[in-house]
Amino acid sequence: MTTPQRTPLFASHVAAHGKMVDFAGWEMPINYGSQIEEHHAVRKDAGMFDVSHMCALDLVGPGALPFLRHLLANDCSKLVLPGKALYSCMLNQDAGVIDDLIVYYFTPEHYRIVVNAGTAEKDIAWMRQQLNGFDAHITVRRDLAMIAVQGPNARERFWSAFPVARARTVMLENFQAAEWRTDDGMWLIARTGYTGEDGFEISLPADYAATAWKALLDVGVKPCGLGARDTLRLEAGMNLYGQDMDESISPYEAGLKWTVDLKDAARDFVGKSALVGRRSTPAVRFAGLLLLDKGVLRAHQKVITALGDGETTSGSFSPTLQQSIALARIPAGVENGSVVDVEIRDKKLKAKVVKPSFARNGASLI
Amino acid sequence: MSNPTNLKYTASHEWIRTEADGTLTIGVTDHAQEALGDVVFLELPDAGRKLAAEEACAVIESVKAASDIYAPVAGEVIESNQAAADAPESVNADAFGTWLFKIKPDNVGDVAKLMDAAAYEASL
Repeated sequence: MTTPQRTPLFASHVAAHGKMVDFAGWEMPINYGSQIEEHHAVRKDAGMFDVSHMCALDLVGPGALPFLRHLLANDCSKLVLPGKALYSCMLNQDAGVIDDLIVYYFTPEHYRIVVNAGTAEKDIAWMRQQLNGFDAHITVRRDLAMIAVQGPNARERFWSAFPVARARTVMLENFQAAEWRTDDGMWLIARTGYTGEDGFEISLPADYAATAWKALLDVGVKPCGLGARDTLRLEAGMNLYGQDMDESISPYEAGLKWTVDLKDAARDFVGKSALVGRRSTPAVRFAGLLLLDKGVLRAHQKVITALGDGETTSGSFSPTLQQSIALARIPAGVENGSVVDVEIRDKKLKAKVVKPSFARNGASLI
Repeated sequence: MSNPTNLKYTASHEWIRTEADGTLTIGVTDHAQEALGDVVFLELPDAGRKLAAEEACAVIESVKAASDIYAPVAGEVIESNQAAADAPESVNADAFGTWLFKIKPDNVGDVAKLMDAAAYEASL
């Protein structure tokens, strides 16, 4: 096994008593004491995550937009406002999800793409292979660190730590970013996240990351680990790549039909023919489960429904709801509101099928 | 936190206290709660259940994962701690002060074979 990589914030995590674990080949904090306290800090106040293990790529060249329209299931031609971001799946020919990612638009010849840590190498190889015939090139930006500041008070805390950045970022809407030029280099401040809360995801020069982290700490932003990140995204009903979906799963089976853009019939993207063809009406669908009995749902438990069996793909205890929740793939005909059985060890426990969005913006949605 | 010297220990991180009447009170160690993270659910054995030594007889679930708790010696469950099941976070707050279940051992002598605090610490 290779030695795990460290982000530019490794020493900051150790100083904050982060419990370090291997995640997708990176040595990352799982928590700094209590995952549940960190979770609540993000729902109720402001927390921050080191997401530098995720990989930023710059795509530059006159062929950048045509390339993205070929590469991705969502259509980047809808990005016209500088800084605007788009979430998309990148599919293989069989419409399986290679990765989910975010594209930021600067100009029609310059985009930033942020991909998952565990899939970065595979993604880059795939993109470079697909680039054949397009006049554009990809630069890997490992010179950047990324910090996600999330929670109802996240933006205000960020501005109190970096007052000069307010003017550049106060007008940002959801899924919009702005560049901010500092003496230390260019920052990209995006109103995006993976928690179901307001906030920013900031990419900045790696050399400045520890200083920025400290500045946020000093204004009361709580360091949060990957554990809280996982329960927050689970409550928000967001897929985790490699767990809730992978190359065998199409976006239609992962609750991501809304990210597939078929409006331009002339556009042919990788995976489109499989998606509109044999995978157009899948037998399974993505759903949320709310455990009615006592216990904790986990990934890969059998879900028994009147229409056949399904499987949980992620599960945990929801700190906001104070009960267990899961994401699952179940037979497509099972409606929200129905009660199903989940096999946990030797027991069958009752769970209710719900829309996979349990808590956002500080409140339960159940 | 140091491991109390009046307790016995297992390699699977249970602590065992022998009561005056010869029954055993069992919980999980501070090391275990630290490794588990926030505990959110306990599934404890019913009174009357007969346990073999090292039988998985309870489950402790944290936000992270589910882990089995094992019977340190053979015996019969005489009581489970409902207050702990109702407030699983008490395991994090005070692992040595939160007992989970009590058993009447088949053979009192079995307890002597368990680790003392020094041996347990050396095993960590």
